[in-house]
Amino acid sequence: MSNPFSINGGAVVAMVGKDCVAIACDLRLGMQALTVSNDFPKIFNYGDVYLGLTGLATDVTTVSEMFRYKVNMYRLREERDIEPETMANLVSSSLYEKRFGPYFVSPVIAGINPHSQKPFVCGFDSIGCIDFAKDFIVSGTASDQLFGTCESLWEPDMEPEDLFETISQAMLNSVDRDALSGWGAHVYVITKDKVVKRLLKGRQD
Amino acid sequence: MRGVTVLKEEDDKTRTLNPHTLMAFSGEAGDTVQFAEYIQANVQLYGMRNNSKWQLSPSAVASFVRRELAKSLRSRKPYYVNLLIGGFDTNTNEPHLYWLDYLAASARTPYSAHGYAQYYCLSILDKHHNPNITLEEGQKLLRMCHEELVKRLPIDYKGLLVKVIRADGITELEL
Repeated sequence: MSNPFSINGGAVVAMVGKDCVAIACDLRLGMQALTVSNDFPKIFNYGDVYLGLTGLATDVTTVSEMFRYKVNMYRLREERDIEPETMANLVSSSLYEKRFGPYFVSPVIAGINPHSQKPFVCGFDSIGCIDFAKDFIVSGTASDQLFGTCESLWEPDMEPEDLFETISQAMLNSVDRDALSGWGAHVYVITKDKVVKRLLKGRQD
Repeated sequence: MRGVTVLKEEDDKTRTLNPHTLMAFSGEAGDTVQFAEYIQANVQLYGMRNNSKWQLSPSAVASFVRRELAKSLRSRKPYYVNLLIGGFDTNTNEPHLYWLDYLAASARTPYSAHGYAQYYCLSILDKHHNPNITLEEGQKLLRMCHEELVKRLPIDYKGLLVKVIRADGITELEL
């Protein structure tokens, strides 16, 4: 109940497909059982990289703003966008900087490397330990449910259309079994020359 | 209120930040007014340093307040203040309402409440609010909320203070 990771609720999932990746989040912001807002997206875009953040809502905003600053500074210094792998190391070191007073967030990164065209997803714990994955990454209060749905629905080398259906069903069916997440979802399907963002309407209870 | 004693019947728990932004607050006794007036002073200072016709927009104010609260959260003694920030953006002619709790979680909402009012009023607002609501309908809705609070709260409810923010400024309203 007083666990900072489950005060506000929320869920994020990312999946790898054939030359594409997808990342999805729910839209709920709550205080324990009470829903305060149903328009609180948890995915943030930094050039070629998409960052999903679940956990304490205040830290979701703080951390997303901090990375907006850091990525903008990187872009000015390097005169190019940050790559997903570089972003993963930036997130990791930024979180570990706060090792003994962490941000209560569980970040997820999804993106396609602009040079190698390779899809990339990874997740972190709140102190920056990177979890590289070749299939999917889940995070948030519905992570147990997401592990279940992803484990049964995901298969290798899906095309963007199949990937969208898979991640959407994984997300929707997971948050329906979690009281702290849901109220609609955002889904991003990222291919090398196109990003499609879709809004899913979910159960409103 | 201090324990069961009523100290004041008409306490204005709002502060005007700039001509089109109003902040309402609740929380721990000393913290609320101290924090609200610190914010008020800094938003007004911004207005004085720049052109008085070029004030911070409601979204800018909300983002500033959130940052100050977030800084306070990880300090030795955080402010325990819950806030509602209402404002009229004179550039886009759009009304804004922001919900912030003492943890500095912030959300833009069509209607919101803090404390016990959340449990009693949000369901009424869920049912009767619509995005194109007029001021008259809004007053009626607030009266419904007021009636519910009088009916359900076991305290001697001293009534509401209602303020309206429009393009021409902030005015108090008799419900």
